[in-house]
Amino acid sequence: MTLEVDIAHDFGGFSLQAQFACAPGLTALFGRSGAGKTTLVNAIAGLLKPDRARITVNGRALVDSVAGIFVPPHRRRIGYVFQDARLFPHLSVRHNLLYGRFFARRHDEIGFDQIVDLLGIRHLLQRRPATLSGGEQQRVTIGRALLSRPELLLMDEPLAALDGARKEEILPYLERLRDELKLPIVYVSHAIPEVTRLADTVVLLSEGRVQAVGSVPELTGRLDLFPLTGRYEAGAVLQASLLRHEDRWGLSVLGCRAGEILVPQIAQPIGSSLRIRIRARDVTLALAPPVETSALNILRGTVSELKTGATDTAGPQIEVRLDCNGDALLARVTRLSAARLALTPGKTVYAMIKTVALDGGSLGRGTPRGTE
Amino acid sequence: MFTLTPEELTAVLLSLKVAFVATLASLPFGVAVAWLLARKDFPGKALLDAVVHLPLIIPPVVTGYLLLLLFGKRGLFGGFLADTFGIVFAFRWTGAALACAVMGFPLLVRAIRLSMEAVDPKLEAAGRTLGAHPALVFLTVTLPLSLPGILAGIVLSFARAFGEFGATITFVSNIPGETQTLPTAIYSFIQVPDGDAMALRLTAISIAIAAVALILSELLARRSSKRLLG
Repeated sequence: MTLEVDIAHDFGGFSLQAQFACAPGLTALFGRSGAGKTTLVNAIAGLLKPDRARITVNGRALVDSVAGIFVPPHRRRIGYVFQDARLFPHLSVRHNLLYGRFFARRHDEIGFDQIVDLLGIRHLLQRRPATLSGGEQQRVTIGRALLSRPELLLMDEPLAALDGARKEEILPYLERLRDELKLPIVYVSHAIPEVTRLADTVVLLSEGRVQAVGSVPELTGRLDLFPLTGRYEAGAVLQASLLRHEDRWGLSVLGCRAGEILVPQIAQPIGSSLRIRIRARDVTLALAPPVETSALNILRGTVSELKTGATDTAGPQIEVRLDCNGDALLARVTRLSAARLALTPGKTVYAMIKTVALDGGSLGRGTPRGTE
Repeated sequence: MFTLTPEELTAVLLSLKVAFVATLASLPFGVAVAWLLARKDFPGKALLDAVVHLPLIIPPVVTGYLLLLLFGKRGLFGGFLADTFGIVFAFRWTGAALACAVMGFPLLVRAIRLSMEAVDPKLEAAGRTLGAHPALVFLTVTLPLSLPGILAGIVLSFARAFGEFGATITFVSNIPGETQTLPTAIYSFIQVPDGDAMALRLTAISIAIAAVALILSELLARRSSKRLLG
């Protein structure tokens, strides 16, 4: 599946001009609120008629303003999971699920039972949407969209309205959709942890423009995108595999090019492919291999880039990119520390990361077919 | 025991027939106009809105007279309808139904429109992304969710039709067995000496029927809101 989008749309003083193509897998449209993400997916779904656009799925034009093509939403075969579930209040969960399937007129491949079990909603079938929790509603919405047999699934911040625990409840289901159904997904989000965990490709949007397109490790390792990805959450994403469990200590050991990393135990089999996000603010630097420290993870690397704040002048902080045997690692230290350690590109340093900083939100299942 | 004289029974049955036919026949038009006003923007929308509400504010006699001019035997449409389709309104019970339908229409449209405006357009958008044609989205999402308003509109319009007097008597007169409904029958009895007792009996009947209709509609509304909330 390939989705190609080339769109220009003006509304209320805001101008959206974006051009990108999606590879198979999960593509994250990432950006802050007001970056134009929802406008973009609404245009793909056909709920919004853009001023000028050409949108194709597998070469089939959905919108082509030059040729005068505008396929109405009900003939696009694009599933849409809304932030605000939008279940039909007058129908039971079962009939909500069957709604899209009825109109799809194709009941092959993905069965009702398979979807219901995949999303764990069998016990809800007789209920009314009003009686479901936010997380349950969102799972039913996903099932309803899947049963309409879409060629492409759009998800507009499906987790934004949920609290932390409910998010954790849904994320594994989203990973299963991506990995088991092989359904191409365009996933809108402004949350780095979700994007890190789910995305194969990231399209970074800012003020209606595409700023960058790339894999998660590529984009998160770039210092110049920090102002867009958000300073607080900024960090590098490493591709890792699960080496072994240290049951006695409740820890798991991950292996990546940079070395071994201990994390709180994760319930996955040895050899699993994982992504680990190490926030720049959780990394401490030293010039010599530290001894007698509580930090369990010490990675050796060389400084490859230094960058002060967005203004390049004031500000107490400095971002440092390290090359740890091919893996990019980011650290945020004070300018004072950088001066004391005399950090310059090429210098060898040791990065310390507290294991407890690497909790569930920092870990994501790497895709088997990975794009890295 | 309270028994009805044949004349009374005729008037009651005719009133019920006129009110049912008026309400049922105007329902599809009411839904269509309510949908136009609730969901569409078009030139002349304010005018349509005003025309629909007109029977509510102009004197019923005027409405009846206008109907006579339009649908009377020599009326603008009356002659055409009679010659082409054989539909005659003048001095027939169908004319009474037409007058009642016109008088109840604003109430019908208003209730349905309010209810339709309360249906979240986002749900309709969701229906379309699931592959449903807009017409099917209307039938499967918009209409069922407007049901409480539609029921309310039916009850209001029925009650209005059942009690309609001015436009009916102006348009189709007061012919026993053909156009004499309950209100016009009451009016007739008041006009004759010693008719007070008869008028009172009919008054009691009309109050009873109105009360039953109100209770029924309340039960229906409760059931439909229960269905929505689970």
